[in-house]
Amino acid sequence: MADEKPLPVFQLDGVDVPFQPGQTVVQAALAAGHYIPHLCYHPEFKPHGSCKVCTVRANGWTATACTLPAKPGMQVESDQEDLNELRRTLVQMLFVEGNHFCPSCEKSGNCVLQAVAYDLGVMSPDLDYFFPDRPVDASHPDLLLDFNRCILCELCVRASSEVDGKSVFALSGRGIRKHLIVNSESGRLEDTDISVRDKAVSVCPVGVILRKRAGFMVPIGKRRYDPSPISDQALRDAPRPLAAPPEPKPAEPQATRREESS
Amino acid sequence: VPARDAANHDADRLARVDAILDRHGCDRTHLIEILREAQEPEGWLPPPVITRIAQRVDLPRARVEGVAGFYTMLHLTPAGRYRIRFSDNITDRMQGSEALLDRMCQSLWVERGRTSEDGLVSIDTTSCIGMGDQGPAMLVNGRAIPHLSAARVDQIAELVRAQTPAEVWPPELFVVEDNVRRSDRILDASFAPGAAIRATIERGAGPALEEIKISNLLGRGGAGFTTGIKWQTTRDSPGDERYVVCNADEGEPGTFKDRVLLARQADLVLEGMTACAHMIGARRGFIYLRGEYLHLREPLLDVLAQRRAAGLLGRDILDVAGFDFDVELRMGAGAYVCGEATALLESLEGKRGIPRNKPPRMAEKGFLKRPTTVNNVETFCGAALIMVHGAHWFRAVGTTKSSGTKLISVSGDCTRPGIYEYPLGVTVQQVLEDCWAERTQAVQVGGPSGTCVSANEFRRRLAFEDLETGGAFIVFDESRDMFQVARHFAHFFAHESCGFCTPCRVGTALLRNCMDKLAEGKGSQHDLDRILRLNRLLKASSHCGLGQSACNPLVDTLKRFRPAYERRLQSFEFEPAFDLDGALARARRMTGRDDPGAHLRETEAG
Repeated sequence: MADEKPLPVFQLDGVDVPFQPGQTVVQAALAAGHYIPHLCYHPEFKPHGSCKVCTVRANGWTATACTLPAKPGMQVESDQEDLNELRRTLVQMLFVEGNHFCPSCEKSGNCVLQAVAYDLGVMSPDLDYFFPDRPVDASHPDLLLDFNRCILCELCVRASSEVDGKSVFALSGRGIRKHLIVNSESGRLEDTDISVRDKAVSVCPVGVILRKRAGFMVPIGKRRYDPSPISDQALRDAPRPLAAPPEPKPAEPQATRREESS
Repeated sequence: VPARDAANHDADRLARVDAILDRHGCDRTHLIEILREAQEPEGWLPPPVITRIAQRVDLPRARVEGVAGFYTMLHLTPAGRYRIRFSDNITDRMQGSEALLDRMCQSLWVERGRTSEDGLVSIDTTSCIGMGDQGPAMLVNGRAIPHLSAARVDQIAELVRAQTPAEVWPPELFVVEDNVRRSDRILDASFAPGAAIRATIERGAGPALEEIKISNLLGRGGAGFTTGIKWQTTRDSPGDERYVVCNADEGEPGTFKDRVLLARQADLVLEGMTACAHMIGARRGFIYLRGEYLHLREPLLDVLAQRRAAGLLGRDILDVAGFDFDVELRMGAGAYVCGEATALLESLEGKRGIPRNKPPRMAEKGFLKRPTTVNNVETFCGAALIMVHGAHWFRAVGTTKSSGTKLISVSGDCTRPGIYEYPLGVTVQQVLEDCWAERTQAVQVGGPSGTCVSANEFRRRLAFEDLETGGAFIVFDESRDMFQVARHFAHFFAHESCGFCTPCRVGTALLRNCMDKLAEGKGSQHDLDRILRLNRLLKASSHCGLGQSACNPLVDTLKRFRPAYERRLQSFEFEPAFDLDGALARARRMTGRDDPGAHLRETEAG
């Protein structure tokens, strides 16, 4: 690598970040060891930029870092108080939009929303709760759908269609009434072709898609985000080495193992 | 026997759906149209119908259901054989739409938002249907009825009760007026069909495009992008096909000028589209017409047929070998966000109307990932005039930065609402005088996503360098409560948010709730501060213009009509009886802490 042409760089909070052509700002930053808070971005899927938690300022304009193509010389600001404040409000919005009761949630400690909130220093909701009515779907023998915790990141939608080749999940409605639906005429999960081994099941960052009879097998305190904050782990999980091509490739071994263990 | 009837019913239903699918060649980009047609017989889309459509267009069922669930005119639950939707713009309300809605609900014994037990009728509201100059108005099974009065409402209720098919209701109910009050270059244009296309051909594609650039024609939908540059980029982008799309999804509340242009100057619009096709090298074009303008569908199809017959659309236009171009009319199904050009393209591809990420730009990857230009109805009219009369003629009126004329849709508190065409740069005051507005308190220029101006700003000009506008001009006299106006617009944005991004999806709903809280007299200074905070968040992080502008009417009215908010506050400086920080004193003593983290933060000042 050393004798090749040096990679182009952009500046992230004043630090040079090298990037492969085609990489977005988040991809390049994570690969180079710089954390930008994010939720709906997942290294194995094409970014779509809906949660807006990775909002940065690039050359003076705000943009989502996960969809923003890196360009040489671009000045990107990320770890700034106003941007972190914005991120905190966005995370708070996701909390009040659904019904999140962390102490009783099976995903607590393994939940990306919770981990990002702790890492950003979100201490209270600060906004009025919506308390939506979202009945659970317990129809499937092996899986439970608890829509109360859905943050509409679409990772299950993308995983089911792109990895599992099934399209078990989709979105319907719009605005605050946008919601996850499943691929059956009855609207029930038991009538779909989902399997517990589907990527769509393991990819859920929050506690919507849960395996039955597997709850609390790992005790609180020993869960994924208990020992170290998500900012550390996201860096460890970022695709490496730096010279790796940005094109889609077989699932990152490290990431896959993590998904299965959670 | 009942079981066999049910089986026959199911078979008939699916046979009808199959016929629709066959007519559309099972083309999934036609999904919105297919769903609209499939809904016709029963007024909703029963689950087996969705399943059948999904099978035959080869999409996952959930994807099709998700598309149907996005558009307000498509129903996934029974919605009645008569679906009555009162237009719910602020101007409809000012003209008494709420009392008329109640009257109709009482008359038909049905609760608002519910379908009657016998499945006969449902009554609800819908966003502005573009009849601001002749409201209150409603849609019955998608067709507009303007000029509602108590007598008209009673007449309609009687027709519903008698179960008279809507197709044979008295035609005078459905008469939509143009109400042109002032015409200028666009509305007066009356050259022979083909003249603008001929002029384009004679100039040659390259020089014609130069002429558009010299004219400095800016987009008439509101954003004001330079048309010539947009077309040049589309022309220069590589692709096996290019597309011309006419954005007739006129959803901004208070705007109805495109409705009038398509009713009176459809040929001019198509001249502009065809000229554009010649310049950028497109062979196919679309008019994306908002679903609320169903009454324009047949007349527009007639115009398209006439132009094909006259050799102005189709193969070898005006006998120029290889100049092939045709236009397809596509209907929307009730979604304001589809006025955003990339959301429009998604809808045109048969998907949920979610604005796309940029880059890539539409000029590079638009409809079906091919170079595409999307322009407003009025922009195409301007382009056609420029081809016939030249750029210098076009620039002779307007201001230096804003050339040409602009159609303004005037509604609200004035004696002469309707369409006014002015050279750009006209003052608010001039429009107010011409429409006979009196004791005017404020004007909402450009609709809710635009700017609210108060009396001391009426010298300002409607132009891209001052008050940018897609054409809405809503007048409020001194009797109106500007807080309620803003609250109404907050409800509008919450209803129309596509829900893709967090700030807009949750933020618009929070703003709506916040305004409702203030309206109930339960608000405090904290809520006013919250509005400003949410405004900053929406501006900084929303995915598209809808979220970025959703707070405009609130911020504008807070700035100009603050007393309308403040007199609703319980207290200016809200002081809860309970001292939160004081309550922590004992905990601090017990833990021996007194650092800042052990104290509640001071409330930040606005």
